[in-house]
Amino acid sequence: MSTQTLTIGKALNLGLRRAMEDDAKVVLMGEDIGRLGGVFRITDGLQKDFGEDRVVDTPLAEAGILGTAVGLAMRGYRPVCEIQFDGFVFPAYNQIVTQVAKIHARSRGRLAMPVVIRIPFGGGIGAVEHHSESPEAYFAHTPGLKVVAVSNPVDAYWGIQQAIAHPDPIVFLEPKRRYWDKAEVDTAATPDPLFASRLVRGGDDVTVLAYGPMVKTVLQAAEAAAEEGRSLEVVDLRTISPLDLDPVVDSVRRTGRCVVVHEAPVTLGLGAEIAARVTEACFHSLEAPVLRVGGYDTPYPPSKLEEEYLPDLDRVLDAVDRAMGF
Amino acid sequence: MSVSSATEVVDPVPGAGAPHLPRQPDLVQLLTPEGERVEHPQYSLDLDADELRDLYRDLALVRRWDVEATALQRQGELGIWASLLGQEAAQVGAGRALQPGDMAFPTYREHGVAWTRGVDPLHVISLFRGVDNGGWDPVATAFNLYTVVIGAQTLHATGYAMGLQRDGAEGAVLAFLGDGATSQGEVNEAMIWAASFSAPVVFFCQNNQYAISVPLERQSRVPLYQRAAGFGFPGVRVDGNDVLAVLAVTRAALAAAREGQGPTFVEAFTYRMGAHTTSDDPTRYRLASELEEWKLRDPIARVKAYLSRSGTADQDFFDAVEAEADELAARIRRGTTEMPDPPGTAMFDQVFAEQTPHLAAQQAAFEAYQATFEEASE
Repeated sequence: MSTQTLTIGKALNLGLRRAMEDDAKVVLMGEDIGRLGGVFRITDGLQKDFGEDRVVDTPLAEAGILGTAVGLAMRGYRPVCEIQFDGFVFPAYNQIVTQVAKIHARSRGRLAMPVVIRIPFGGGIGAVEHHSESPEAYFAHTPGLKVVAVSNPVDAYWGIQQAIAHPDPIVFLEPKRRYWDKAEVDTAATPDPLFASRLVRGGDDVTVLAYGPMVKTVLQAAEAAAEEGRSLEVVDLRTISPLDLDPVVDSVRRTGRCVVVHEAPVTLGLGAEIAARVTEACFHSLEAPVLRVGGYDTPYPPSKLEEEYLPDLDRVLDAVDRAMGF
Repeated sequence: MSVSSATEVVDPVPGAGAPHLPRQPDLVQLLTPEGERVEHPQYSLDLDADELRDLYRDLALVRRWDVEATALQRQGELGIWASLLGQEAAQVGAGRALQPGDMAFPTYREHGVAWTRGVDPLHVISLFRGVDNGGWDPVATAFNLYTVVIGAQTLHATGYAMGLQRDGAEGAVLAFLGDGATSQGEVNEAMIWAASFSAPVVFFCQNNQYAISVPLERQSRVPLYQRAAGFGFPGVRVDGNDVLAVLAVTRAALAAAREGQGPTFVEAFTYRMGAHTTSDDPTRYRLASELEEWKLRDPIARVKAYLSRSGTADQDFFDAVEAEADELAARIRRGTTEMPDPPGTAMFDQVFAEQTPHLAAQQAAFEAYQATFEEASE
């Protein structure tokens, strides 16, 4: 039987295992990913089965993880780097932005950089500072990087394998507060392409866009809205860079209204870019401005305040109401 | 100073002095500034006459290339040039220590190492002219592209060395860095990684005394080679203006790396005779007298003196090298001025191995926009 019920975390673990079986050049690198199996246990059991050379407990230095991954990639390896928490990616930011992203272009294609940077991102787990952030815009703004975010176990299982097999560097964002969400995963299925958005719920009134942890929130909002007779169309963007907005544009041309939801602060977040592009492509169809729901322009707050900070069902519905009010 | 008192303190080059630095510990030297061949208890080098003459030729041609490039920048043909003047011995010695299976990771000043790897000088010039980011093939030449962010390449070198190790390959890696780079976190991380994984990498630090304008004592309170001890591998200071000593020390370090003994830190004690780049003005931060003192330790003059005095080379040889240098300079000049600008679409090429639809659309829009000017001029 090829179908099994998996959490996102377990689906990632199985996907990593399968990628390592498929290609001996795949090497996992990160802090505590070996004997411990990672702080979220995503790499649980992999060092035991693949050895210390393929699941490498690195020294505690994120720039070192990414910098040595560059050198390994130049030797034909496919490094998969785990950044323990979103807020810990910044020590590696220089290597990611000035090196990983640029080396293919710098070398005029002579050097490939098939590096995957796995980052558990987003809040909602009651953690301390730097454990709940959404840094995707920094990477989406960087030419040479691709950025994807998974929202469910099926995409987690396939997406991690597709990202590892891809020739360009990919920031692979994992919705940490959804790690334990379950779904049926058919490991013999044909997966959707990695760089494609997906319509996950049909509707007529407002097109609502989300990715990563917010997809579930938006689907819950759509359920609630339906009870009030309001029909939301929901798109899981899945790929943040490049954006795949063709399905979004088709949808907005029908609904005339668009709301973008993410946890990251709204200013210059993905919503801003999406609003600009949707406006350009759908100007004559829009009945309302594209609205954004996101984190406030504050540092991610102490956890007692995160429920107020994070977009939730009610804030999504509030934006939907405002979109309908135009 | 308590730190230096723990070591034997002698002037690095007897009689010359480095007035801005405290007295320095000993350094490996095989050829004195006066061109006298001396022995070192730990490092020996046995070169035949051809090899010695070849080293001189390398040094002379590399300097000529560098001088020509500086002139080209002054005449507006290059946007900028990072001169290696004074560091020829450090670079040629290190580069000639490399074997074919080895890999080098330069900063942006290693033109002398590029030369030893067979990189066409025009492929380096093209970077400074603004045509590309370096025109050479880093795989075929085993010489990575220049890295401008200070120290970032030391981690790449270490990762590459870990790859060699995993592959069971014979080679070792030579990671170049400067004295300023030793303050970078990434360089320190590279040394931690290299030590922890016993990676076959040699950190080759050209201590040219200044990070642009900032002197060494702002980077370190200990001689740089002593840093290695803290990471758990050997460090050695070599006279960076002595091509023989640099060759001997780097060869030994690379051999140790290939044999599985892990990393070594080589501090090549040298001096940047020129400006940091053609945009820099070193008279603002260093004394002319200091430069004059270092001129007495010129890396090429001492080899010429030795070759002459020992009868290894005669005037005909030096004349022939001079003529070859003239030809090289003419070829560089001609190649530079005739170098075409890249097409505008080049910036879209190779951003990704798989170009995105978004970027393809942006490129198409760019081309359409550019075409409007062509139509207008018709």
